[in-house]
Amino acid sequence: MSAIPADPNVTAVSATPRTETNYLNADWSIKSWLLTGDHKRIAILYLVSVSFFFFLGSIAAGLIRYELTAPAGFILESETYNKVFSAHGIIMVFLFLIVAIPAILGNFLLPLMIGARDMAFPRLNLLSWYLFMIGGACIMGGMINGGVDSGWTFYVPYSSMYANSNVTMVLTGIFIAGFSSITTGINFIVTTHKMRAPGMTWFRLPLMVWALYATGVVIILGTPVVAVTLLCIIFERVFHLPIFSAELGGDPVLFQHLFWFYSHPAVYIMILPAFGVQSELIANFARKRVFGYHLIAFSSLAIAGLGFLVWGHHMFISSESMYQGVVFSLISFLVAIPSAIKVFNWTATLYKGNIRLQTPMIYALGFIGLFTIGGLTGLFLGCLGTDVHLTNTYFIVAHFHYVMVGGAVTAFLGGLHYWWPKMTGRLYPESIAKWNAVLVFIGFNLTFFPQFIVGFMGMPRRYHYYYFAPEFQPYHIMSTLGSSVLALSFIIPGLYLTRSLSKGAKASANPWGAHGLEWETSSPPPTSNFDQIPVVLDEVYDFDPVTEHEQDKAAQALEVPSYLSNEAKSAESEKEKR
Amino acid sequence: MAAIASDHGHGHGHDEALHHQFENMEQQNDSYIVGMWTFLVTEVMFFGALFLIYTLYRSMYQMDWYLAHEALNVQMGMVNTFVLLFSSFTVAMAVRYAQLQKKWGVLSMLAITQVCAGAFMVVKYFEYQEKFGHHLYPGPGFGSHPEYLHGATPNFAQLYFGLYFGMTGLHGLHVLVGMIVIGYLMAKWWRNSPMVTKDYIPTELVGLYWHFVDLVWIFLFPLMYLMPKP
Amino acid sequence: MFSNFPATPPQASSFSREHDLIFYALLALTIIFTVMVGIGVIYFVIKYKRGSDADRSRPIYEDARLETAWSVIPLILALIMFYFGTKLFITMRVPPADAQEIFVIGKQWMWHVQHSNGVRENNTLHVPAGKPFKLTMISQDVIHAFYIPAFRAQMHVVPGRYTTMWFTPTQPGKYHLFCSMYCGTQHSEMGGTVVVMEPREWANWIENGGQSQASLTLEQSGERLYKQLACNNCHGAEDNMRAPSLYGIWGKKRTLTGGRTAIADQSYLRESILRPHNKITNGYSNTMPVYDGQINEEDVLKLMAYIKVIGSSVGGPSSSGTDTAAAVLNKTKGTMSPFAANAIQYQNSSMRRVDSTPTTRSGELAVNAIAAQQEAKGN
Repeated sequence: MSAIPADPNVTAVSATPRTETNYLNADWSIKSWLLTGDHKRIAILYLVSVSFFFFLGSIAAGLIRYELTAPAGFILESETYNKVFSAHGIIMVFLFLIVAIPAILGNFLLPLMIGARDMAFPRLNLLSWYLFMIGGACIMGGMINGGVDSGWTFYVPYSSMYANSNVTMVLTGIFIAGFSSITTGINFIVTTHKMRAPGMTWFRLPLMVWALYATGVVIILGTPVVAVTLLCIIFERVFHLPIFSAELGGDPVLFQHLFWFYSHPAVYIMILPAFGVQSELIANFARKRVFGYHLIAFSSLAIAGLGFLVWGHHMFISSESMYQGVVFSLISFLVAIPSAIKVFNWTATLYKGNIRLQTPMIYALGFIGLFTIGGLTGLFLGCLGTDVHLTNTYFIVAHFHYVMVGGAVTAFLGGLHYWWPKMTGRLYPESIAKWNAVLVFIGFNLTFFPQFIVGFMGMPRRYHYYYFAPEFQPYHIMSTLGSSVLALSFIIPGLYLTRSLSKGAKASANPWGAHGLEWETSSPPPTSNFDQIPVVLDEVYDFDPVTEHEQDKAAQALEVPSYLSNEAKSAESEKEKR
Repeated sequence: MAAIASDHGHGHGHDEALHHQFENMEQQNDSYIVGMWTFLVTEVMFFGALFLIYTLYRSMYQMDWYLAHEALNVQMGMVNTFVLLFSSFTVAMAVRYAQLQKKWGVLSMLAITQVCAGAFMVVKYFEYQEKFGHHLYPGPGFGSHPEYLHGATPNFAQLYFGLYFGMTGLHGLHVLVGMIVIGYLMAKWWRNSPMVTKDYIPTELVGLYWHFVDLVWIFLFPLMYLMPKP
Repeated sequence: MFSNFPATPPQASSFSREHDLIFYALLALTIIFTVMVGIGVIYFVIKYKRGSDADRSRPIYEDARLETAWSVIPLILALIMFYFGTKLFITMRVPPADAQEIFVIGKQWMWHVQHSNGVRENNTLHVPAGKPFKLTMISQDVIHAFYIPAFRAQMHVVPGRYTTMWFTPTQPGKYHLFCSMYCGTQHSEMGGTVVVMEPREWANWIENGGQSQASLTLEQSGERLYKQLACNNCHGAEDNMRAPSLYGIWGKKRTLTGGRTAIADQSYLRESILRPHNKITNGYSNTMPVYDGQINEEDVLKLMAYIKVIGSSVGGPSSSGTDTAAAVLNKTKGTMSPFAANAIQYQNSSMRRVDSTPTTRSGELAVNAIAAQQEAKGN
């Protein structure tokens, strides 16, 4: 700890709060929740709504897997099946993945991590949630009204001229949800630039903040492009304004360029916050500053920037020119390198650490394995020669599920568990959570690994029937069996986390002994975050593994788990002494 | 990490206009300005995509687009351009008066801005009306009076008019939104609300938005109305 | 892999081997790096687990050499894979000058394939092994994609512009053809088969208008069936002990057992083939097998067509030396359609053969009319 100059006006922050009032119990009225400006409450609002949409998207996934077990389906007509996979994609991409980590964990943590009282624009933050809800309602309205069957990619001319389904309604919902994303991005950028506490320099920021900042940049630059592109489809369908119509000399492939100009950076919106969570988990559970802090911070910005230059790798066989393909392939290989660096850095962080295998760490370690596989299979797709065979097949489906579910969802679950005590003031049950984390890993691999094989064999994606090729069936059966395990492993946390709200042990301010300004305030924090704005004097992740090891030895002698709150800890040690 | 609380907190001489999440007015003003510019970046990307589509198609169909554009009334476009440019000047004046806390200066400048915006929309209305009358709106009836196509291939002319209505329509929507926001700002000044009287930033932010709307038109006008013969 | 449980697509084009080499190289890279990282993680987690007595002094937070190494080495490996992938891609994109053209039209929800000599097929593609082919493709409605996994070849099919792809099939066999760009309700049913044939077989196929052999007329099919069913074992050119001759019976009055008579028209012939015991010709007993349930209506029509002309040169029992319809067709094949060849054959039939029995004819077929003319001339 650094020397503190004597100053009568300065008082130390106490570990326990002066008052029991926190942001949750300050006001129980519905109005106070629906008109809140408090970033923490908005995060909880997002948590509830995003979980709901995740549940809906998962039902669609279950239906898909069920249908695919037989070459000619079981219970769905092709038109319905097409609507189901479209629903799955639209809900999971626009209402879950883009939103989950940034809007839930990001909103909750960013002001706390930089020592601010709130986001720069609290009312804009609330507007963001309302836009999300309205967009989500529009999308679900379209689904209830019969759904869309265009796929989440809405390629023209199918979606603009041929689809008979509720394209306009769903696109309107996505458009509105896009503005929710944009306002969140604006808040992240301005807050990070302008609201850092005194002494919180850029290189003292937790890597989560770097990740959220880079995400904000991607959101700002990319989302408006897809918004106007989808608006063009609405123009064509509703106002008869031809933009991409091939009959009139328009270019349907132009839609693809504009769509992927956003949708590739969009996947970085999904994964950069996950990288941020990952850095926090690894640092705090290996009890060691992340290896190569600066490189990880810069690699987040590099990924954000380079990510805008690779959209054409979704279009190698779409009739783009050979030269375009070569350029996009080269840059795609380059953008893989910063991600690889991160994986190596996290692994190196474990060296000479003091590793605690608690639930968030299990998720973080699972992330390393699954993201490595997912990222490396991306190389098959960035490589031109192999992409010609593998594109539009289940290989792609397996690749993106490995990075999105094996990556982003795993990180989300890890982060949710890690910050659960801070957000709710309660502890979840550790042993069931730990085993569930292992179950997620197992179920996930069982579900998606066979899809690499069946994709390499040539099964196209978005296929309802495959009776031409019954040799695909064994892999689909394996995948469906795995998906039931995965489904279970998602349901179980839903149950025990909800239960912990009432039955879980109360958490102390810092149950993990972690480093970070968010742990310097109570669990849950008061509405104004900090009783007094902290002044930052120390570096980030200021662990000392050697000292901790000695403390651990001492604690082991008493056999008191350190993650309990202070009161419980003293009660335990009383019990031990007796 | 060791963190020492400093004794700032609230209640020692802060402005009425200071919001609770900020420590001082400088931080608040800076944040709002950065926020507004960030929003304008998103608007640039938004319109930018449409300009990209325009660029691609115009390079593909140069002659047909040149012929089709002759259906546009350059005089009306010029009037609109000057009107918007002038309104940018008046809104900049309004920001200056806001900094000087001169209420009537602000209100008069904003009123002129509104008049200009309204004039823009009225001219736009007449332009659109003329196009509808000449069957130049894309759709089944397009080009039923071929003389208004000035010799352009109907299919490619439809693409031109599709983009014309799409882009000027979106721009017009932004002008309308601007008028509503300026109206709201004027109401606040009229009622001496401290939010605007003690703090010039809201007026500045509206001014920034309005300048952007003007800038989009500065690009749209020559691209749509002033095409050289290829 | 096990033949009953395949895990890899067949290799059937000149691209397949090179593609699979790159694929397996990438797979090896993936496995190596995943294992390396996995072992690293597991080893560190075990060694440095909380409470373990490993040496944690002087931990490392930055190491420029290490970070450079694990940035540069993956970069070099990535660029190597980029190089090989690009090389194959350029090969895939630049068809050889002698590639033969095939046209493909995709529409919801089927493929129209047209060979350059006019032969058409739907949802199938017949190509010979060893020759390069270039497909020029366009869509009539939405974006589709033409995908042949065994060839490692795939390309979008777009409305409003042509897209091309090329391949050289190497391995005869039947392979999947899929539409691989989502195009609506029956997207998953818009598939078919790519048939790679031996070159001579394909040459035969393409010249027969897209079939393995020349198409036969109804009479020729009937003649073939007549011999297949061994009708000629009993029904010869002349009446014999076993069965009456069928030559010239068409339209004639027949005397049946029990003194009844019947005209040998279509229903008579049909009845006599399917249930011969109902109408036994006078002087014969019930020895003909029953064909009801043995042959279908189409076969009945074929036999009937043949019986109508049996005995004439056009439809006479084939023997070496005489011009059968098939032989005539073979002479003219490759230059005209089967129907044209038949017309020539009809014309040729006007040059009567000596061994054909003159009979009177009436009937719908031109064959009969011409033969009747000859008949009249001959008499």
